[in-house]
Amino acid sequence: MDRGTLRRRISSISGFVLLILVWEGAIRLFHVSHYKLPGPVDVGKGLLELAGSGVLLDHVIASLFRVTWGYFLAVVTAVPLGLVLGIWRGAREVINPLIQFLRPISPLAWIPIALLWLGVGDPPAIFLIFLSSFFPLVVFSMSGVESINVTYIRVATNFGLKGLELYMKVIFPAALPSIVTGLRITLGTAWLVIVAAEMIAVKSGLGYLIVDSRNSLRTDYVIGGMIVIGAIGLFLDHMIRKLEDLPGIRWHGKQR
Amino acid sequence: MSKIEVKSLYKAYVAGNGRGPEQCAKDQLILKDVSFEVKERSFTCFVGPSGCGKSTLLRIIAGFDSPSGGAVLVDGRPVERPSSKHIFVFQEDGLFPWMTAYENVAIGARWIEDKKERHEQVMEYLELVGIDGFENHYPHELSGGMRRRAEVARALITNPDLLFMDEPFSALDFMTRMHMREEMVNVHAMFDTTILFITHDIDEALQLGDQIIVLSERPTEVKADITLDFPHPRDLGSEPLAKIRREVYFLMGLHAAL
Repeated sequence: MDRGTLRRRISSISGFVLLILVWEGAIRLFHVSHYKLPGPVDVGKGLLELAGSGVLLDHVIASLFRVTWGYFLAVVTAVPLGLVLGIWRGAREVINPLIQFLRPISPLAWIPIALLWLGVGDPPAIFLIFLSSFFPLVVFSMSGVESINVTYIRVATNFGLKGLELYMKVIFPAALPSIVTGLRITLGTAWLVIVAAEMIAVKSGLGYLIVDSRNSLRTDYVIGGMIVIGAIGLFLDHMIRKLEDLPGIRWHGKQR
Repeated sequence: MSKIEVKSLYKAYVAGNGRGPEQCAKDQLILKDVSFEVKERSFTCFVGPSGCGKSTLLRIIAGFDSPSGGAVLVDGRPVERPSSKHIFVFQEDGLFPWMTAYENVAIGARWIEDKKERHEQVMEYLELVGIDGFENHYPHELSGGMRRRAEVARALITNPDLLFMDEPFSALDFMTRMHMREEMVNVHAMFDTTILFITHDIDEALQLGDQIIVLSERPTEVKADITLDFPHPRDLGSEPLAKIRREVYFLMGLHAAL
């Protein structure tokens, strides 16, 4: 590790250290009740209890299971649809206004419909994740195709590329950086939405853990759950960012 | 017979709808009555002020753009669409950034059925332009000069009948540009290709061209059509060339630059 990297590591950790110090200090200074805000040590103990009993892992797996399914279903439907709409102008002119209309409706507004249609349990939660990722992914894939540098299309035409070969060798790879950006952003959104969905529709998962702990006034579990959500979100983002370093994608933003 | 014939070509931004050039508003008109001929296997350079319709003119001849009026004939037939025998080397980077140098050049060798032969050809052309050893590099990992070389290799491997080059070396540094200029002379000697080459560098045109077409400001007309019958390498200081050089500078309104 060179000095610059080391310095950045220390800086990024010191923000967390500062937060914990202010947190502990504020509790001691203002005598905050344990139910309103437990101290860092209590939250740490609470987290260890949850982890030790295996409850935490069950909730994490439940949440990740739902996110994986909802996100996966969105990726396999939205990306092909976006590509088709990007290429096929006629269809885009019909479908795009609809997508733009549905996109700003928060997935949370769909909760009642999801419960009515799919009952309780995993299906409505997965459906909400699907919705939260689907519309943005369509838009990212579609605009990825639409904004392809015209020179690439001209070069492809010049060398006689057409049909499937044109799509596989030029149009899809040219749109890929935009699709990958979409994948990264929607994974973040999916993780945001799962917690909200679990507060209502199901009896497991990190969202449920938080609501249930509040009901039993275990604020240490509530904050512990929040910390785990943040950590997993960070980890997911870190993993999906690796996609942007793949050789077929790395070129983006590095032209000249 | 001429390889290319351009007859009374004009081009306006707004579709002409059969109206003649005189009916178009002046700012909509890009090309106005352009006519010239290009000989088989010759090297033709186009010079003219920036913003004149040089690129548009070449794009029309290559079939990427359609004229508003007039005719473009290649081998006596009107141009209707781009052809894989008429390769265009674009002004900006035309290499596919998601492909390595090797994969980019292989795009030009798609017509070779046999895999082994195709591989050998690609390696040969990479060597010809001097970027062998960099075949697995992506365009953003190559220098500007190497990117141009890869693009030239991709064009040449198709064994093109016409080669269009739109200011291909303008973004390169001085030394690289001089080297590329020299190598273009070799390329033209090696390949039976008719080359149409846009440049804003008058010396480049004098070094390379068998013919120089001087274009005016927009709306573009042909100001002069000069034949250069001199062997390579050329000494631009020698009297007949120096005289043509002065003439071209004068035509472009560069009286004080000499």
